[in-house]
Amino acid sequence: MVKVDGSTPGDSLIRVRNLDKRYQRGSEEIHVLQGLNLDVDQGEFVAFMGPSGSGKTTLLNLLGGLDLPSAGSITVAGDEITSMSGRKLTTWRARHVGFIFQLYNLIPVLTAFQNVEMPLVLTDLSKAERREHVETALSMVGLADRMHHYPRQLSGGQEQRVAIARAIVSDPTFLLCDEPTGDLDRASADEILDLLDQLMRDYSKTVLIVTHDPRAAQHAKVVLHLEKGILIEGQQRERQV
Amino acid sequence: MKFFPLLIANLFRKKVRTTLTLGSFSVALFLFCLLATIDASFNQGVEVAGVDRLVVLNRTSLIQPLPYSYQERLLQINGVKAVTFAIWFGGIYQNERNFFPQFAIDYTTYPQMYPEFAIPPEQWEAFIRDREGCVVGRGTFVKYGWKLGDRIPLRGTIFPGAWEFNIRAVYEGTRNEDDTTQFWFRYDYLDERRDLGKGTVGWYMVKVDHPDHAAQVAAAVDRLFSNSPFETKTETEKSFASDFIKQVGNIKLIMISIGGVVFFTLLLVTGSTISMSVRERTGEIAVLKTIGFSDIMVLCLVLGESLLLALVGGGTGLVLAKLFTLGGDPTGGFLPIFYLAPRKMAMGLVLALIIGLLCGILPALFAMRLKIVEALRRV
Repeated sequence: MVKVDGSTPGDSLIRVRNLDKRYQRGSEEIHVLQGLNLDVDQGEFVAFMGPSGSGKTTLLNLLGGLDLPSAGSITVAGDEITSMSGRKLTTWRARHVGFIFQLYNLIPVLTAFQNVEMPLVLTDLSKAERREHVETALSMVGLADRMHHYPRQLSGGQEQRVAIARAIVSDPTFLLCDEPTGDLDRASADEILDLLDQLMRDYSKTVLIVTHDPRAAQHAKVVLHLEKGILIEGQQRERQV
Repeated sequence: MKFFPLLIANLFRKKVRTTLTLGSFSVALFLFCLLATIDASFNQGVEVAGVDRLVVLNRTSLIQPLPYSYQERLLQINGVKAVTFAIWFGGIYQNERNFFPQFAIDYTTYPQMYPEFAIPPEQWEAFIRDREGCVVGRGTFVKYGWKLGDRIPLRGTIFPGAWEFNIRAVYEGTRNEDDTTQFWFRYDYLDERRDLGKGTVGWYMVKVDHPDHAAQVAAAVDRLFSNSPFETKTETEKSFASDFIKQVGNIKLIMISIGGVVFFTLLLVTGSTISMSVRERTGEIAVLKTIGFSDIMVLCLVLGESLLLALVGGGTGLVLAKLFTLGGDPTGGFLPIFYLAPRKMAMGLVLALIIGLLCGILPALFAMRLKIVEALRRV
């Protein structure tokens, strides 16, 4: 279930209350998010849509602990991340969040395998265990046969699939996707969206996606609109799988 | 070790740039070692000088002789344990470029004065038995491919004429820094054949019974021969060697100046290269932080790259310098001890690592303080 009115009393996976984000640009204060409330349960696929500058990416950054709000709180799986220190937040992020970016952001000098392995080198896993996890993740995205390729040797869609493998390899609590199909052709975009669908469906992953693309939004269970920093509940439907 | 592939991959993303930076480190360290070797070579006499040995010279100048008769009188001074003497021969072997120091020595006392030079007893005996015999340092012996029994012709300059010597012994240094280029022959042979300055010697070496008595004995020697036709100037062997170097110039200052300029340039060049490399990777650093790399880890990664560059580049320079010095004196005799000591190599490596640290610290701090959101916006 996804709610934006702050009325949900239960323990949802993601719980946002009265979230405010302001930026100072010169003498002008920009109020990006205003008193935003949000509850998202595990296994949801939520799409955030809205015009440029509406605060979609800012919201995603705040949910992922990449940025701090001006006011309000965010609680994920019982942890209030808005009160965490920088160091604790880094550890939390590594454990709970998988990020997928529009431009993939793979490290070009590392192979697909090494890119996917990166989040795991921070853990106590042995080399053999890391290898097993990476191979599983790459198999899940259908790139087991490309693991020793460098990003420059892969297509855009394949690069994004490697990025997804990197995001899921540490089995995070939820995935944050910022325009994951924005740089892909239609066919590749559909592949990526199907993959995200599959992760939600088969592994109960919670997926939050920011997109301008209505076709991408169609894959979500819930589409929320951000306008001038305010979240408006859009369509909420049982998806056809 | 888990981060090593990332370090290596980052370093070699721009192979030409990394190779040039490594080259800069190698050249700087090679130069440092070379300068250190030259400096050490100049100061070798000071470094290895015996603390219990005094040099007695003619007060007027080093090239003025002293009477042979002083030996007995020196032995009578309180605190003097042994006395020997030598004279500079200055002969030419084949041509002027084949320089090695030649001395006529008092074979009856010389080995006791210089226990650091090891000579097989049977070879020394053979030398004593042959009036035209000579003892050659291992360095010169090897350099010219001589064998025991070879007859070595020298053209006299101070003592004109053709001189010939039979190699009867080869001495070795007991320390790496010992000079093994010298050529000794018997003083009595020289004195018998020469027309000029018969009955004189070049300088005396005096061994005192205790290093603490050195100043006292030196004063006593000079007092003994004051107001004589051959007044003396006595100083410790270390002080003599040091004064001798000062006549050439302030070698250390020259070395430090050259080294300073080279390392400062290296600092600027490498610092700017690493800064450039980190700025190019702003987005990647943000991604690393996003997936859980802490600020400190990012700082360590950048510093690690910088230190690895310094270690590999500097290490290569050190190895090349060591190989170069193993080839021996490149000046043909001007720097008889051309030896790169392990201590100097360690010093060079530490210096390289300090430069690596200094080069990396600013880019590393930049990477550490990088705000993820701002960096991702720039991608």
